[in-house]
Amino acid sequence: MGEDAAERVRETVDAVYRSESRRVLATLIRLLGDFDLAEDALHDAFTAAVQRWPRDGVPTNPRAWLVSAGRFKAIDGMRRRARFDASLAQLAERLDASTNDAVGWADEGVDDDRLRLIFTCCHPALPPDARVALTLREVCGLTTEEIARAFLTAPPTVAQRIVRAKAKIRDAHIPYQVPSRADLPDRLDTVLHVVYLVFNEGYLASSGVSLTRSDLSTEAIRLGRLLIELLPEPEVVGLLALMLLHESRRAARTSPAGELVLLDDQDRALWNREQIAEGSALVERALTSRRFGPYALQAAIAALHAEAPNAAATDWAQIVGLYDVLARADPSPVVELNRAVAVAMRDGPLAGLALIDAILVRGDLGDYHLAHSARADLCRRLGRTAEARASYERALGLARQEPERRFLKRRLGELPD
Amino acid sequence: MKYLCLIYDEEKKLGAMSKSESDTFMGEYGAFTEGIRKSGHYVGGEALQPVQTATTVRVRNGKVSTTDGPFAETKEQLGGFYLINARDLNDAIQVASKIPSARVGSVEVRPIHEFN
Repeated sequence: MGEDAAERVRETVDAVYRSESRRVLATLIRLLGDFDLAEDALHDAFTAAVQRWPRDGVPTNPRAWLVSAGRFKAIDGMRRRARFDASLAQLAERLDASTNDAVGWADEGVDDDRLRLIFTCCHPALPPDARVALTLREVCGLTTEEIARAFLTAPPTVAQRIVRAKAKIRDAHIPYQVPSRADLPDRLDTVLHVVYLVFNEGYLASSGVSLTRSDLSTEAIRLGRLLIELLPEPEVVGLLALMLLHESRRAARTSPAGELVLLDDQDRALWNREQIAEGSALVERALTSRRFGPYALQAAIAALHAEAPNAAATDWAQIVGLYDVLARADPSPVVELNRAVAVAMRDGPLAGLALIDAILVRGDLGDYHLAHSARADLCRRLGRTAEARASYERALGLARQEPERRFLKRRLGELPD
Repeated sequence: MKYLCLIYDEEKKLGAMSKSESDTFMGEYGAFTEGIRKSGHYVGGEALQPVQTATTVRVRNGKVSTTDGPFAETKEQLGGFYLINARDLNDAIQVASKIPSARVGSVEVRPIHEFN
């Protein structure tokens, strides 16, 4: 084969890696029963592809070829190492026998394999940090460095989390399975929680961070789309809608100088209308199903904001109504807080302030900077300057993100003396 | 695969149960044990006497020291265990979730270390 043709084949291998490597990995994990073994097998399979495809041509079914090659290399490797470790010989024979069904097992149930992978990475028996790291690594293919950078942790910390998680999966025998019908609702909740966590990490750390593969929000949305493909449950639809609607405002959330711009002050011309359209359609789809939950409801609220041509035209009454339903589905203090803010918009700052004070007096959200900043804002609107100052300062003491801190300092500076 | 289910209860709470409540509780335990015997999960299991009957033994520098009480004071105390056979962790979690104390206390599920 000439140099040009060989180069084209190498590009094909790269393209196949980008589009298929996660699927191949998911199947190899099922066949070989071990994450590390599967990752090595994946690597070996692509190495073999780089060597053989220029010579033999690109196979008609690259994924099946790669799964087959990976499996073969893994079992072969085990047999060779069995000279030093007899137990590997047994394992190799067992794997060979149990996975020798050559009738398209590489393609059958590949969607199931990807679901298995997501549910296993998000298993509740794993620590929450580990679920996030493992999902980003195994399902999204991010490197340890990319994950570490995105979450502002050190790569060895992330690496250790992943190693421990894989060890727990192996030692406690967490099965590589899609949960049963009965367990699915709770287990799906865990998965959606991980996806939303990843999205929020990307959403909040928006300004100034290098947006290459560490764009967590894009990864989260990609995960959401994958989940909808595999498991189109209403809450999955609701979460994707919510993420798209939040994401649609990214360009307007920060000023050119990198300062935080609140929803009310955002230039709505900068909102991504395609994402809004897609998000709104998904909201309708989720709500018509009648089995919707908190994500769909939050998305519906986001959709109402997105539909308003300007802040003043926002349908606050409907938003409060949705918060009423959301509070029943997800009775958390944060939801209560957000509802209080909406009530303030509908009924005036005094009404909202009463609700926020009730939360704080109860002992909830005392350490939540947004509770204090919301309170401060309402006090400011009521002309209660001293209280506003106190609450802004409290919020500043609790806020961690730089853009939010600068915003609070600005608000403090703007208060009359 | 073998797992140990360690059952932790707040002894104070259990002690505060009325006779009929605690009879019901014991009945639930009986039914649970019967159930996992039938399903083949049961390997072993015992209830433990209250934590004040515990003695902790340590040997340091050849010297045996015994202390009155559990190895650590905790809000919930170890009250019993089941040793079970399960297909995998999900199966073990399923079994553990049916242990009556799981509703009011905690059950720790730990895989047995098999030495080959």
